[in-house]
Amino acid sequence: MRLATVPYSIPAIILLLTQCVNLGFIQAAPKQAITHTYNIAYLTQEQVIPAPLSNLDPFVKDKGVIGAELGIDDDNTTGEFTGQQFNLKKFIVPLDGNAVDTFTKEISPHFQFVVVNLPAQALNQLADLPVAKPLLLFDVGTRDDALRNEECRRNVLHILPSRAMRADALAQYMMKKRWTQWFLVVGPNPEDRLYAEAIKRAAKRFGMKIVAEKAWEHTYDARRTVQSDVAVFTQTEDPYDVLVVADEQGQFGEYLDYRTWIPRPVMGTQGLIATPWHKTHEQWGAVQIQHRFLEKAGRWMEEEDYGAYLAVRAVGEAATRTQSHESRSLKDYLFSDAFALNGYTGTPLSFRSWDNQLRQPVLLAAPRSLVAVAPIDGFLHPKTELDTLGYDQPESHCHWDK
Amino acid sequence: MKQKALKCFLMLALTASAQAETVFVTLEKDNALAVVDPIAGKLIKTVPIGQRPRGIFVSPDNKFLYIATSDENTIKIIDANTFKELGKLPSGKDPETFALNPAGDRLYVSNEDDSLVTVIDVAKKKVLKQIKVGVEPEGITVSPDNKWLISVSETTNMVHWINTKTNAIEANTLVDPRPRAASFTADSQQLWVTSEMAGTLMILDSQTKQIIKTIGFEVQGVTRDKIQPVGVVIDKERHRAYVALGPANRVAVVNAKTFEVEKVLLVGQRVWNLAFSPDQKRLYTTNGTSNDISLIDLESQTVTKSVGVGTYPWGVAVKP
Repeated sequence: MRLATVPYSIPAIILLLTQCVNLGFIQAAPKQAITHTYNIAYLTQEQVIPAPLSNLDPFVKDKGVIGAELGIDDDNTTGEFTGQQFNLKKFIVPLDGNAVDTFTKEISPHFQFVVVNLPAQALNQLADLPVAKPLLLFDVGTRDDALRNEECRRNVLHILPSRAMRADALAQYMMKKRWTQWFLVVGPNPEDRLYAEAIKRAAKRFGMKIVAEKAWEHTYDARRTVQSDVAVFTQTEDPYDVLVVADEQGQFGEYLDYRTWIPRPVMGTQGLIATPWHKTHEQWGAVQIQHRFLEKAGRWMEEEDYGAYLAVRAVGEAATRTQSHESRSLKDYLFSDAFALNGYTGTPLSFRSWDNQLRQPVLLAAPRSLVAVAPIDGFLHPKTELDTLGYDQPESHCHWDK
Repeated sequence: MKQKALKCFLMLALTASAQAETVFVTLEKDNALAVVDPIAGKLIKTVPIGQRPRGIFVSPDNKFLYIATSDENTIKIIDANTFKELGKLPSGKDPETFALNPAGDRLYVSNEDDSLVTVIDVAKKKVLKQIKVGVEPEGITVSPDNKWLISVSETTNMVHWINTKTNAIEANTLVDPRPRAASFTADSQQLWVTSEMAGTLMILDSQTKQIIKTIGFEVQGVTRDKIQPVGVVIDKERHRAYVALGPANRVAVVNAKTFEVEKVLLVGQRVWNLAFSPDQKRLYTTNGTSNDISLIDLESQTVTKSVGVGTYPWGVAVKP
């Protein structure tokens, strides 16, 4: 890790910086009178801590919120030069609390922009409230394709890539590698089935063949009989090139690699994963935001943090560019062709007009190496290659009647 | 006859050596400096230089090299002939890009992680001031008339105009997203700034601080999102400017009077930084992912050679 080579500890640097400020070394930015203030709410709910798969990775409780805080810091650094101030208020609903209550009583009367880190159902429950209609909700928690299709809402912007976008990213890479025969292993949860649906759609879209599909019904404990279970389980009638696993909660997917009957790589929710952000990503200035986040949070940036960062930065970018305080003109800017958000992935990000999905590259990452960035070279599109991932305009089932 | 031939040969050799300049290239992943003879088109040697070397400058008297070794949090002063380390400058954290003023006594560093520009007294090796700028300052340059220090912040999308006498920001210009590099024209009248994400080159007027022209690029067979301008240099007469187009693997030739893109030249992969030869007859490019530099003859506007130098060539500087 690069930070390890830094000869000073972080507290020492802060101390040094403080001393510098005291000595008048650091010149403060010219204080421009604040002409506009923008308030952004961040709403999430506490979750039940899932049973750990292993003791390696601690459960991250504050996924998302630190990303939003970093976004506000960046908005305000820019704001110092433009006379704009950005405030973030965090609403963390307790486990037994009611997000709708918090939303209607504390958020909707005061905020135009709300970053929402909640599951799909809870999100649309909020979006359908009459008080939410004039607001803009930034969804940084879901990846559901239904929310971007049949269940889409005009006042909800989806920051994270959908399952379809992730599956398409994997499919493009496998097509490039000519690993065309897939063995699909599906976990027991509803999310796993949705992921498997996206994988099947991608397979069809890119001419891949699912030669076998099995539901995982074995143990979730590595200390028991995984070794023999997986070897037996991964014997298929037809040969396959890759094992694609759909296990979003990570209950068993990690056990598959190196234990299969024949030597085959694992992809999907484990092994080679498709994600908007990963700790191995360092191109296009990513190493800088990785550093800044690590310093602030003391942990790596998770995709929910990245999503919340982008949401808050999108509001900041609209405010800086339009120099406007009008909610209408900020929204118009977010949906315009001029909107180009930096996501540290080499391509400007923007919103798809047909389903409010943030158009973005998808990273294909192994645990300690970034393998590829989709769209993969050679997958062409008449408008932007980013639209080769997920539901393109003609395929969309989103109709803005709600 | 023999004598004549010898004389001729000697003269040729003399002219050649009179032209011979040395090109220095920092190799980000090799922790080394590549020394290239561009006339012979050969890598002379590679010298270990420190952890993650990036920005590089030759001192105005051509005696020293200044090299930012990012992972050592310093800028090293290196003897330009022996490559011995002579000293270190207190650059602040993770130095990448920096600029020297024309006299060579002030050095300005972008500290990306802390949103600061550090002002260094080169002779005393001391920090004079740290100036708070926008998020992730990157491109940095000093106007040839030594009036303006320019800091470009990538995430704030701003050009900060800093008065070199007071070291205070006097004006800010909002520019296209993820601005990278900035270069003044020789008369200090214009500032040319590249935007990596919009894929544009903006020309700013130093008087009004406003954008007077935005240029876009098109390369046949390359999609728009691959066109990510980074380094830009303008010749002394302001006839032409050259822009490195990053993963488009091209250098664009721009008419600096009409602002028309005249030509694109195919170079190596992910072309980042550019440097003129002292006589401005040649241009050298660092190609980040093909591990080479391209040599461009500017009279014929052709790429004459590529020279393999090592892993992740980053910065380039030329000593006459």
